[in-house]
Amino acid sequence: MQIRVNGRMHDVEVDMRTSLLDLLREHLHLSGTKKGCNQGGCGACTVLVDGERILSCLALAAQYDDREITTIEGLGTPDALHPLQQAFIDHDGFQCGYCTPGQICSAVGMAAELRRGLPSAVSRDVTDGSFALTQEEVRERMSGNLCRCGAHNGIVAAVLDIFAEEVA
Amino acid sequence: MIELAYRRATDVAAAIRFAAEEATPKFLGGGTNLVDLMREGAEAPATLIDVTRLPGRIQEREGGGVLIEGAARNTAIAEHRAVRERYPMLAKAILAGASGQIRNMATVGGNLLQRTRCFYFYDSAGRCNKRAPGAGCDAVEGFNRIHAVLGASPACVATHPSDMCVAFAALDAIVHLDGPEGPRTLPMTAFHRLPGDTPEVETELRPHELITAVELPPLPFAARSTYRKVRDRSSYAFALVSVAAALDVDEGGRVRDVRIALGGVAHKPWRASKAEAALRGAMASAESFRAAAEAELAAAVPLRDNAFKPGLAVRTIVSTLGELARGEAA
Repeated sequence: MQIRVNGRMHDVEVDMRTSLLDLLREHLHLSGTKKGCNQGGCGACTVLVDGERILSCLALAAQYDDREITTIEGLGTPDALHPLQQAFIDHDGFQCGYCTPGQICSAVGMAAELRRGLPSAVSRDVTDGSFALTQEEVRERMSGNLCRCGAHNGIVAAVLDIFAEEVA
Repeated sequence: MIELAYRRATDVAAAIRFAAEEATPKFLGGGTNLVDLMREGAEAPATLIDVTRLPGRIQEREGGGVLIEGAARNTAIAEHRAVRERYPMLAKAILAGASGQIRNMATVGGNLLQRTRCFYFYDSAGRCNKRAPGAGCDAVEGFNRIHAVLGASPACVATHPSDMCVAFAALDAIVHLDGPEGPRTLPMTAFHRLPGDTPEVETELRPHELITAVELPPLPFAARSTYRKVRDRSSYAFALVSVAAALDVDEGGRVRDVRIALGGVAHKPWRASKAEAALRGAMASAESFRAAAEAELAAAVPLRDNAFKPGLAVRTIVSTLGELARGEAA
């Protein structure tokens, strides 16, 4: 199959059971994407497919050929951090860092959803598509990403710092 | 190693043709449930037929209805303007389910066919009549806080985990199917089955049949409808009890029409027909809401750990209808 990851096309042969997560980590050696629960419960494996956030552990790689995958390696580099990566540092949005790549990919995907006016379960009115990006909204929209160090307050602050102006 | 084949269909005809050519095929949507179940050994198809690249359109229909094709993603449905304006309970139900990532992957066809989250169904060391018909059920006398209180059987006390389907049941949605014997439709309320003594048969779907669409008939008063979900944590958890409701009150304060369905209480999305019947023509008051809810839950049979559910369901119905009567919900 052919798969484009972080702007680069790869030709790979995988077993049908291979998840997108294992393809990224074991075949392409992009170990930024993390395997937490491997059953869709923690969000550590979150990547972007054509700009939309998904769980790579529940994604069979074969379903994603010809799609554009973006991992944490594609969002920022040690020399050129993504603004949200810097915000995570500034706000102590992590301790061990294991959930961080998933948190950041998820937040970037969430920002695209905000721009489109997608409501959430805590938006007061689903009909009009207008809402403020409050702490409550961020917590709800990021609830698929768990941090067992308990850095959620810092994560919410970092996300608000970078994306609060996305919603007017 | 046992081979697993993969075929990709890009239209309904090809999907059905591929399925007919395979011994044990399974249609693959977003994979958010099926991939996990295959790893757990609870599902073992020989061929996966990927239907995620079918069009998945969401079409507004003449007369005010909406047709949602089987490959439409949860996010796309909740985001669609006609869905949000005409059926806010459906947008809210979808947004109350899973996480942002999973909603981007999951399809409506897959949502209808997702399997129960009963712990014992996932546990290959335990007894489960769904996994191995006739084996027995460890949930009946086990940890059953999340299990059914309505319509269960000695063979199975599992619940259907969907939020979306609860709204579909309340909205009288119609499931469109296609397969070797041609297209047909089923009411959503008749699509899922109660467990009886064959809990492994969860729907009326025939072998090799594909869910091609879910149709929402026009229901003008559903523009004022909502979905309330009660769970152990406030996000990213399955329902203990959920209520999808729409309420139409006349000028005299009487209930002209009402739709109520419950999640988290039964093997299928539970249409609360008794409560609806009790409410039509009654005053839209807390007293009649309570009487109707109690009539619906009168048949409840609680288990060791879920005796709270009938009362919780009654209170959630009363509260949700009250919110709609006061015009507080969308």
